[in-house]
Amino acid sequence: MSVDIVLTVNGTRRTIPIPDPRITLLDLLREGLHLTGAKKGCDRGQCGACTVLVDGRRINACLALAISLDGAEVLTIEGLAEGDRLHPVQAAFIAHDGFQCGFCTPGQIMSAVGLIREAQAGQDPERIREAMSGNLCRCGAYAGITEAVLEAQAAMSPQPADMSPQPADQSQGEAA
Amino acid sequence: MIPFEYVRATDVAGAVAAGAAPGAAYLASGTNLLDLMKGGAVRPTRLVDITRLPGLAAVERREDGSLRIGALVRNSDLAHDPAFARAYPAVAEALLSGASAQLRNAATAAGNVMQRTRCPYFTDTGSACNKRRPGSGCDARGGETRLHAILGWSEACIATHPSDFCVPLVALDAEVEIAGPAGTRTVPLDSVHRLPGDAPERETVLEPGELMTALVLPPEAAAFAGHSRYLKVRDRTSYAFAVVSAAAALRCENGRIAEARLALGGVALKPWRAREAERLLAHRAPDEAAFRAAAEAALAGAKPSGDNAFKIELARRLVVRALSHAASGTPERLPALPGSVFAPAPEAAHV
Amino acid sequence: MSDQIPSNQIRHGSSIGQPLTRRDGILKVTGAAAYAADHHPPGMLFAVMAVSRIARGRVTRLDVAAARSHPGVVAVMTPQNKPALAQHPDEKHDGFTFRLDLLQDDRVRYANQPVAVVIAETLEAATEGAALLDPAYEEEVPAVGLDAAEPFTPRAIGVGDPADVETGDVAAGLAAAAHTIAATYETPAQYHNAMEPHAVVATWDGDRLDLDMPSQGLAMAQGRIAGLFGIAPADIHIRSPFLGGGFGSKGMVAGPQVLGIMAARLVGRPVKLVMSRPQMFGPVGHRAPTRQTLRLGVAEDGRLTALDHETLTATSTFDDFIEPSGGVSHTLYATPALATRHRAVRLDTGTPLFMRAPGEASGSVALEGAIDEMADACGLDPLEFRLRNYAETEPASGKPFSSKALRACYAQGAEAFGWDKRPLAPGQMRNADGLLVGWGVGTATFPALMFQAEARAVVTSTGAASVAIGAIDMGQGAWTALAQIAAEELGLAIEAIDFRIGSSDLPNGGIAGGSAHTATAGTAIKGAASDVIAQLAALATQDSRSPLYGAGNAGVIARDGRLVRRDDESRSETFTEILVRAGRESVEGKGAAGPDAAREHYAMHAHGAVFAEVTVDPDLGQIRATRLVGAFAAGRIINPRLVRSQYYGGMIWGVSFALHEQAVMDPRTGRPINANLAEYHVPVNADVPSLAAILVEEEDPHVNPLGIKGVGEIGVTGSAGAIVNAIWHATGRRVRRLPVTLDTLL
Repeated sequence: MSVDIVLTVNGTRRTIPIPDPRITLLDLLREGLHLTGAKKGCDRGQCGACTVLVDGRRINACLALAISLDGAEVLTIEGLAEGDRLHPVQAAFIAHDGFQCGFCTPGQIMSAVGLIREAQAGQDPERIREAMSGNLCRCGAYAGITEAVLEAQAAMSPQPADMSPQPADQSQGEAA
Repeated sequence: MIPFEYVRATDVAGAVAAGAAPGAAYLASGTNLLDLMKGGAVRPTRLVDITRLPGLAAVERREDGSLRIGALVRNSDLAHDPAFARAYPAVAEALLSGASAQLRNAATAAGNVMQRTRCPYFTDTGSACNKRRPGSGCDARGGETRLHAILGWSEACIATHPSDFCVPLVALDAEVEIAGPAGTRTVPLDSVHRLPGDAPERETVLEPGELMTALVLPPEAAAFAGHSRYLKVRDRTSYAFAVVSAAAALRCENGRIAEARLALGGVALKPWRAREAERLLAHRAPDEAAFRAAAEAALAGAKPSGDNAFKIELARRLVVRALSHAASGTPERLPALPGSVFAPAPEAAHV
Repeated sequence: MSDQIPSNQIRHGSSIGQPLTRRDGILKVTGAAAYAADHHPPGMLFAVMAVSRIARGRVTRLDVAAARSHPGVVAVMTPQNKPALAQHPDEKHDGFTFRLDLLQDDRVRYANQPVAVVIAETLEAATEGAALLDPAYEEEVPAVGLDAAEPFTPRAIGVGDPADVETGDVAAGLAAAAHTIAATYETPAQYHNAMEPHAVVATWDGDRLDLDMPSQGLAMAQGRIAGLFGIAPADIHIRSPFLGGGFGSKGMVAGPQVLGIMAARLVGRPVKLVMSRPQMFGPVGHRAPTRQTLRLGVAEDGRLTALDHETLTATSTFDDFIEPSGGVSHTLYATPALATRHRAVRLDTGTPLFMRAPGEASGSVALEGAIDEMADACGLDPLEFRLRNYAETEPASGKPFSSKALRACYAQGAEAFGWDKRPLAPGQMRNADGLLVGWGVGTATFPALMFQAEARAVVTSTGAASVAIGAIDMGQGAWTALAQIAAEELGLAIEAIDFRIGSSDLPNGGIAGGSAHTATAGTAIKGAASDVIAQLAALATQDSRSPLYGAGNAGVIARDGRLVRRDDESRSETFTEILVRAGRESVEGKGAAGPDAAREHYAMHAHGAVFAEVTVDPDLGQIRATRLVGAFAAGRIINPRLVRSQYYGGMIWGVSFALHEQAVMDPRTGRPINANLAEYHVPVNADVPSLAAILVEEEDPHVNPLGIKGVGEIGVTGSAGAIVNAIWHATGRRVRRLPVTLDTLL
């Protein structure tokens, strides 16, 4: 028996029939709404490729039941740019080569957008790396990803979100 | 995934009524439940969605100094609540050392407590597991056991409980509020998870239909704020379950330990409170000898459940490290790598 | 495709050597890049595989009735009702044909082998239908682990190399040595785990087949599928514009992809089949485990007298792919006596396959470890020891190198890393928090291969230009780097070219593998473009009305859409002017690439040096690779931005090899118990805090017309060994079993 839910997807409020309560948010987006930017890398919350924002928070869309999200606002990678104008995080990912194959990229970018909204990491690269560790990248684009998040965050807020001291980015061994 | 009936509860009484039916499970964010349902390890026929229950998503500081954490408070919201992190830094550190930012944004406080073991023989439906199918045997015995229990295990089950959050909570004497068909009751968190014995399928003291509605930290829990750490040894720098973890909290007076709290994670089917070690630490100077004695006591009953004897020595060393970190004071700010052995020594102290 | 590739916002020019950002970048950061599983042809059904729980035996029962009765299930494909194939899936035609499991019978030969496919109206129904099949088995005891079977001598290793190679007298060399060591290194089974699971969306139209399917080699895939279904390759159209990573696992058509095509045949509707992550630990290849014993002898002067490298590895019970771990020893260090041997056992696993730096990755970690052990035995700095044993010619073949800037790699890498501050003895460095710090080095190497490819270039009288090749971008950057080559050779701005790749109806672009794709496809593109320019030049220089008249083909160059006289740049004309005057609508050029005769005379390899810093907790054993510096020489660099990313990616694979990756097999069942991304660890962002890659200049006049050596795999080599050596330097513990986990350091 189909149940209708209301979701605001990328700014558009819509009534969506859910014919089967087993449908996850990820499968609804990909197979139901054909918003295929969010990717299925593991389907078990282990890789982050499906990251989207729900009510402004980054979550794994593969581990959320669509029917349970009735009334929620969902932002996917498709809703991030404003027309032809890329979101600063998107532009920074290109500039810093923060991806190779691109499969994890929508999840990385939505995770980065969520991270910046959370305002916990500041401009500390170590905190950025930790906060981005829920997004696996098998190509190994982590260095560019971290640089991209730092740059985009700085571009988005004139003041650093966090005034704590910025530790050096390298641990240097010293002869004893 | 098995087809199920979806029921959205609107009040606790309704949830409990719907959740008491055979085959029913409570659904909060579902980060653990859906994972297990997709793998087929659990196959509930009814999901009772409790995310709309009123009043369960709040953190409430009460007049007696205790803190009530609603069952639906998200892990990240709790950890990032500045007042909470200041009063219970080891709990915040444990929360932030677990899973990923995405999962912490979704997962709830009660869901974290109720999460199931990561034992691969439990999650793999092709394996025998007394927890998943009582009486079928335990394929973990004699299998790959590097991460299995070293304390409190039985021949029937050698799994561990994977929560980080619960480890400092149990050290701080947290309690759990439970609503059920017969009314509400409060149980110490330390008693919620059961050791396996010969009935590993009974994981907690919650009866069918009972619903965890809140966690409560008692007034005295905040007294440890200045000397609290959570440390978690793991196989990746982040986003990995604990090989072994430890929460250490001290109340220091005049350079001596007035009271100590210690609990271990990743060692047993429950967060493991080390009370004998705490007793040994009380009224002693916070020095290496005291910490070593505590470590010996904490692991006194440990024995390997397979190829995991290293965890016993690792846990001892971790206890010493966690106590030593706690003694030198809680950092002013949670480290960039929460719970990590690679977090630099704090430059500024807490409080 | 090309109309989907917007030009970049950031431009640095259009020619070879420029650090252009990715031309597919906007598609990838907006979610618009369509991967195979993103397609939904009308009427599409979902297919989900049921896979075997056991590793060896027989399926005795499938509850087809239960699956069929699940609402939404349309069909269940089993050995009984599968569509007939024109070839048996176990028929082998050449070294690149691997046996597939396509429901040919009830036998189970490895865990996670497909045993049935459920096709349904919804993904949810297909998934549950597959679970409801609940197979029953007749189990047999599986062979698990390198000690479980009798070793045999393979007929060939890798893609056809001999199992045993010997030059000089190793026994005599070891006997004469001042120091000898013998060290046995073990490496685990690893699974590619590209972020994109293998997928296929298949649509039949009569005997014509339309596929969205990630593939590292379109023409080979076309040929394999054509053979299995008894149709013409030209009747199969494969689109693969983007791969979500390949790393070798998408080089061959995977069995599950064929099952998706069979399912579409069975139900007469388009079908999408996407593998689940756990299902990828079986039928889509892996890096086989190895046990490698190295015996080294050195004279008093610290020079090798002999190097013996013996490898025991595993293949499946039903097919052969032998991890060629000894190959690195053929190349790297000068020795008068050298022997490599490969033996293998047959285990109840899926067939191993090429996985990023197949042979080189596993061989490098063992060789670099052993070399480090010998340096220590000699009391020499590990870098100094490597320099003393620098190979001026390839030891195994005696050939000169076509180019080799490894000395510069050592020097530049050491300088950037600060290697000269390294104390010789282990256990001497601590960081501010009292954690142990160690530094290690590893030499990187990977052969510079060339495969076959063809390309087409067209310039029209309206000024339009197009270049087409069935090349593949799996993340390495073919959309960008190959287009740069096309622009350079055509003398056009990159955005002026309609550049097409990733589709099987284009000229055969060969295989994206072996770090040879840019060299191979690039050479074919260069050939096609040169052909166009030569034709234009012929039209102009032989026409008295042209300002280029009489210059001869060699007397003109292509630049900015014009041909220009070399000796008088004021004399030029546009491609359009040339074609219009000649009354031609267009000229079409063709190019081809393949290995040439220079390979007979030269050893061709990229080289590098990787310097690693690790931090180790002295009490708790936890390890972090805190800093990596790699310096690589790989011939001509088309796009330094993309090349740096390839090196970084390879170095992170080195971190993964050294510290994280392993499939843990239950010895009783042969089932991987960590077949998921939570427990099969690959590095997360926090695992790699500091990376640097130095692009060392190197010119190679022999390797291929472009002078390209390839960069995709070399970063894995050297890196893992450098980390293992750094762990020794931090702790004094020599760990020879990979990955190095914290419990081994307690």
